[in-house]
Amino acid sequence: MSRYIKGGTVIMETLPSIVSSGTAVGRMEGEGPLGSCFDYVSEDSGFGENTWEKAESRLQQHAFEQALLRGSIAESDISFVFAGDLLNQCTGSAYSMRNNGLRFVGMYGACSTMAETLCMAAIFADNSVGTLCAALTSSHFCSAERQFRFPETYGGQRPPTAQWTATASGCAVVGAHSEAPFIKVATVGTIIDMGIKDANNMGAAMAPAAYDTLKTHFANTETQPGNYDLILTGDLGYVGSEILRDLFLQDGVTLGDRYNDCGLMIFDREKQDVHAGGSGCGCSAAVLCGHILPRVKKGELKNVLFAATGALMSPTLVQQGESIPGISHCVHISSSCE
Amino acid sequence: MKLTEKEYGVLAKKRSPNSRLYKTVPVAFAVGGAICVIGQFLTELYKSTGLDVSAAGTLTSVTLVFMSAVLTGFGLYDKLAKHAGAGTLVPITGFANAVVSPALEFKTEGYVLGVGAKIFIIAGPVIVYGLAASAFYGLLLFIFGQA
Repeated sequence: MSRYIKGGTVIMETLPSIVSSGTAVGRMEGEGPLGSCFDYVSEDSGFGENTWEKAESRLQQHAFEQALLRGSIAESDISFVFAGDLLNQCTGSAYSMRNNGLRFVGMYGACSTMAETLCMAAIFADNSVGTLCAALTSSHFCSAERQFRFPETYGGQRPPTAQWTATASGCAVVGAHSEAPFIKVATVGTIIDMGIKDANNMGAAMAPAAYDTLKTHFANTETQPGNYDLILTGDLGYVGSEILRDLFLQDGVTLGDRYNDCGLMIFDREKQDVHAGGSGCGCSAAVLCGHILPRVKKGELKNVLFAATGALMSPTLVQQGESIPGISHCVHISSSCE
Repeated sequence: MKLTEKEYGVLAKKRSPNSRLYKTVPVAFAVGGAICVIGQFLTELYKSTGLDVSAAGTLTSVTLVFMSAVLTGFGLYDKLAKHAGAGTLVPITGFANAVVSPALEFKTEGYVLGVGAKIFIIAGPVIVYGLAASAFYGLLLFIFGQA
């Protein structure tokens, strides 16, 4: 039974485990520094489909199938699927899951969705609601561009603060299990809006939310950054992660080498020309499921604090002159059940 | 947060790198200038076939728009524009790209609600305010141009 402490922090008493995970990415992500970590790399950005929306759904299905395959899990063993993406009405996920007959909970938290779905899957599993729960998210560069920005062939220039939506998907299957990685604690964040209006600077819009959630998590669990091998935000990119370091530094806390950001890990910023780094809810999902969880399983990383961040905006609200609210949820993942 | 929105804005600005103008401005100048040189070359070429200046100019515009549309279709114009910025945006080729790219992008939503409805999603404001301004100046010319 999960125990609620305060301020959004939930302790998992039974320590649900991430029994399996799977990833799928596009070619550019496959050519990135973490390329070898991903289960499925598609050379075709259309994933064999004739629209970008369907391509994203297909991408997500690949990640889901890889997670089932790697864990030798039958689809019918999944009690609930918590899934989300960036597309309007969450259709990337809905269309990816429309034919499998599974219990589907669509969720939207922009790029924070992987942490959001993982929180929900962990709490369900911790309370023995169902047997296995899947947390699944995706993003596709082309479907996101046409919805949030410009047509793909439009000749625009991106400012240095802009991030590149990763074509990626990750799936984590959570349930009762005796092997690592275990989910120990989850902290659900609040919406923080510090008045940033530039849709090309999401990192700056989301960094205060990451700071707030992490600070709340440290206070509620009586831990500090030193208690974790890795504090991983996703996806603040270069600008947002530098701001996050500054915000903690103002409290006298140095995040140092134990801090990293999924948006800075999935691409090589210089060689791949992605400006401030990667973004999209598939970015943190693929980095977590493809790169981080296997290292926790092996014991190379003992305690990881995964804090995905999302900018809860829409092009309409930005055009109306509104500022961009940010959110972050964090999950403590551990190699030990103690 | 200890910071106010204003203080945070200052911090965010400090950490947000600006465009490297020393690099982007010369590239925009060179590429934009090169497009104009191509235009001038075409005009001279058409004039040499016996066309008058006005007809040669129109044909030059048509040719540049066609070239831009083809390059957009092959996904090359945006690759050039990434480096050239305003150099590819300001000439007539940029306008062609702004019309062709949504036409290609939204084809998946059909020829009526996709291509038809969204073709001017970027160029629309230029057309609307361009037409409005020309009508207004036409009116001014009509009233004051008689004298």
